[in-house]
Amino acid sequence: MKHEIVLDVNGETWPLAVESSDVLLDVLRMRTGVKSPKVGCERGDCGACTVLLDGRSVRSCLVLAVEVDRQAITTVEGLGEQLTPVQQAFIDTNAFQCGFCAPGIVMAAAELLATNADPTRADIQEALGGNLCRCTGYEPVIDAVLAAARKDSA
Amino acid sequence: MNDDVRLYESGAPRQLTTVGAPVTRIDGLEKVAGSARYVDDLDFGPDLLYAEIVESPHPHALIRSIDTAAAEAVPGVVKVVTGRDFPYTFGLYMKDRYVFAQDRVRFVGEQVAAVIARDPKVARRAARLVEVTYEALPAVFDPLEALDGGAVRLHPDLGEYPHVPWFFPEAGSNVAHHRKTRKGDVEAGFAAADFVLEDAYHVPRYAHCAIEPHVVVGLFDRAGRLTMWSASQSPYTQRHLFAEALAPMGLSDFDVRVVTPYVGGGFGGKAGVSMEILGAALATAVRGHPVKVRWTREQEFYNTYQRQGLVADIKLGVTGDGRITALEHALYWDAGAYVEYGANVVNAAGLSATGPYRISNVKIDSLCVYTNLPPGGPYRGFGYSEFHFGLESHITRAAHAIGMDPVEFRRRNAIAEGDTLAYGAPMNPSGLQEAIDRAAAAIDWGREEAPLAPGHAVGKGFALFWKAPAMPPNASSAAFLKFNEDGSLNISVSGMEIGQGYLTVMAQIASEVLSVPTSKIRVETPDTDRNPYEWQTVASHVTWSCGNAVHAAAVEAREKILEVVHRVHGFEEDSLYLEDEAVRCMTDPDFALPLRDFVINGIEAPDGTFKGGPIIGSGNFMPEFTSAYSDPETSQGGHPNVHYTVGAAGVVLEIDRETGQVKVRKAALAVDVGKAINPSLIEGQITGGIVQGLATVLYEDMRFDEHGRLLNPNFTDYKIPTARDIPDEMIPIIVEVAQPDGPYGARGVGEHTMIPAAPMVANAVEDALGVRITSMPITAEKVAMALPDPVGASSAM
Repeated sequence: MKHEIVLDVNGETWPLAVESSDVLLDVLRMRTGVKSPKVGCERGDCGACTVLLDGRSVRSCLVLAVEVDRQAITTVEGLGEQLTPVQQAFIDTNAFQCGFCAPGIVMAAAELLATNADPTRADIQEALGGNLCRCTGYEPVIDAVLAAARKDSA
Repeated sequence: MNDDVRLYESGAPRQLTTVGAPVTRIDGLEKVAGSARYVDDLDFGPDLLYAEIVESPHPHALIRSIDTAAAEAVPGVVKVVTGRDFPYTFGLYMKDRYVFAQDRVRFVGEQVAAVIARDPKVARRAARLVEVTYEALPAVFDPLEALDGGAVRLHPDLGEYPHVPWFFPEAGSNVAHHRKTRKGDVEAGFAAADFVLEDAYHVPRYAHCAIEPHVVVGLFDRAGRLTMWSASQSPYTQRHLFAEALAPMGLSDFDVRVVTPYVGGGFGGKAGVSMEILGAALATAVRGHPVKVRWTREQEFYNTYQRQGLVADIKLGVTGDGRITALEHALYWDAGAYVEYGANVVNAAGLSATGPYRISNVKIDSLCVYTNLPPGGPYRGFGYSEFHFGLESHITRAAHAIGMDPVEFRRRNAIAEGDTLAYGAPMNPSGLQEAIDRAAAAIDWGREEAPLAPGHAVGKGFALFWKAPAMPPNASSAAFLKFNEDGSLNISVSGMEIGQGYLTVMAQIASEVLSVPTSKIRVETPDTDRNPYEWQTVASHVTWSCGNAVHAAAVEAREKILEVVHRVHGFEEDSLYLEDEAVRCMTDPDFALPLRDFVINGIEAPDGTFKGGPIIGSGNFMPEFTSAYSDPETSQGGHPNVHYTVGAAGVVLEIDRETGQVKVRKAALAVDVGKAINPSLIEGQITGGIVQGLATVLYEDMRFDEHGRLLNPNFTDYKIPTARDIPDEMIPIIVEVAQPDGPYGARGVGEHTMIPAAPMVANAVEDALGVRITSMPITAEKVAMALPDPVGASSAM
């Protein structure tokens, strides 16, 4: 059965007809052309599909598109024309390697810094704990978030 | 150390500018902005088709019949294909693998048929309707059982498979390759020993767990051209293997094009050809339509390459004053159902299973054994992580047995430049002693440390490591380079950016020669119709090999630049040099000709004509000194490895004696990279490698049931580390003893950083608890169970 919904993706309005079983991740990638959320495990384990839903991070592979009618969805593409301080810190420190997990981690970090301007190392490890990365050993990623937070609050 | 270019450049020494600097990645912005495109991100329009694979539920069975009628009747299904449509074999080093199973299946999950449909959900539903009738055969999962003469044979045709000349399959058995290395006289060596230690070590299978699953899109167009978009470390090798496999259909390399955008992690899992062959074959079945094959996370676990399991028997002789007299190392590899790539892992280990030690008497047997488990293959470390677990455990135990400090024992026996390797060739320059000293100092080796909580014990462990690239002797690299009107550069190469920072390093090498900053150099991911040849991005060799090719291309471009300036302005060529994107002259300090003024449009001569033209450069590199030929009974006589990268690592563990929970307080790793072209990227390789290595010993392993079915094919049950599971402190240490034939002295480093993790943890567990664990992984459960008195023993420590 098709449902008429309106997705708000990065401030753009997308009227769409979706099946009950269509997951948000697939709709974003295949219907709206937003490709930064990645398909990694399709069961909520890896965090590569992380997006913000009304400011809170969710696994878009576990969310049905019909559930998010008229809610605000933000991906890396919607963070603004300018890089955020944490994105800049990731670049400056060579934090990422293959980059496949990067969009999800950028969004998880964005949520953390929006709610906690001065996180500890443990806060960051907790906030990124649902985003798997196989390349970096996490250390440079954590360092970059810490550096961005300190710069922001300074 | 080698901060000038004397080592590598002719002419006057000068300070390096870009090489050696922690330059920002040239792909960094794309990746954090969400702009980087991976294969699954590419759009193919409304005629894109999706394939679902019908898989074997049996570990070993004969296929009696396949009925596709019900699947074909499903609306939306375009085509159903089986092994009858593609009776072809393929493989990198041995053609023992089938595009689709033919008369038999050999592991649970093997591809038997495929359904192609317009919608992936339709394909999935229809695939369940393909009826395959099997006749089950006995299966064997343990390499030692598979060696038994009475064991079921997986490949009755083993004697017929084409293979590279350095493999020695034993037809009529399950041994696909047996690498024998013999040096000196081991019996005399053991007789001269004061102490001989023998034990066996067990290493299970592991999964790469790149976060991007394998995905491939194939299009066989109506003009007869096959284009593949592939998440691959090996565009050229894939092209050639696709062309080889489909040669019966009339395809050649010329007809096949492989495009490889960014890859979301490789670790060896996306080397060679595994599931991608399906995309190539299926594309030919639906001519004119692109068809996508994307592995689910489950398929990613059970039908790509896996790291092979290993049973290693080690016998080591030592004298009372700490000299190793002899080593016998027998390696039995659980290589899986097909070994077209994995047999070379076995080969590499069989040449190098002495570890980085000077040993006069050596006997190594490395056996590649077929089992009814998924195909083994390349995984970061290429066999070295596996055999180092036993060997470096054994080294510490031998040191303890003669009452010598394990680090001192390693110092005394560590291999040095010019020492004779097990197969007879000389060892390359090495900073191993410096690495040992610095890694030991970083963990305060020899100093006792207090536990952070009651009931805990602290232990320190140490391990050396080495690894050589395992490559065919003619594995080579090539590079093109061109200038643009604004003086910026494009470099075309076909190595893959799999996260290690290869594109950035290639830009740095060209930048050093041509004085163009890396911010003005683009190095794009390859397309085999446009970019020049690269064998594969494996073996930690592209910085070394392709770096040499890029350097040669940049030098050629520089020579053209200097020649045209000489021709128009009259300066001697050897008085000219490049600095800050301009040509300058040692004899005329006022002369400065910006590159952008002439690298496309030439230099205007006094008569109004123009000289020069678009500046391009090309270069290639082949290690012309290597050879894979040697005596099959001893491995003496060849030069199979270009060089070894060596290092040392140490760890400090805090262990809860009651639960067995292991916390890594500190991990330090020193590696001799020859020359750190980008120290920031090397530190990234070290921290990433430490954590991936620690995961193999503390968290991960693949579990199969008694029918060969993988029990944990997902991240819920196969736990890889999260941001909360990393050491409290990681200390990367860069040692630089130049590799004479490397670009600016560089040699490979990517794989090596995970090799010492497992044995150093085993050694630290013994240091903390007095318990020696000889099988991986060393989980909390295993530690707790190994303790003689888990409760109330803390007071004794």
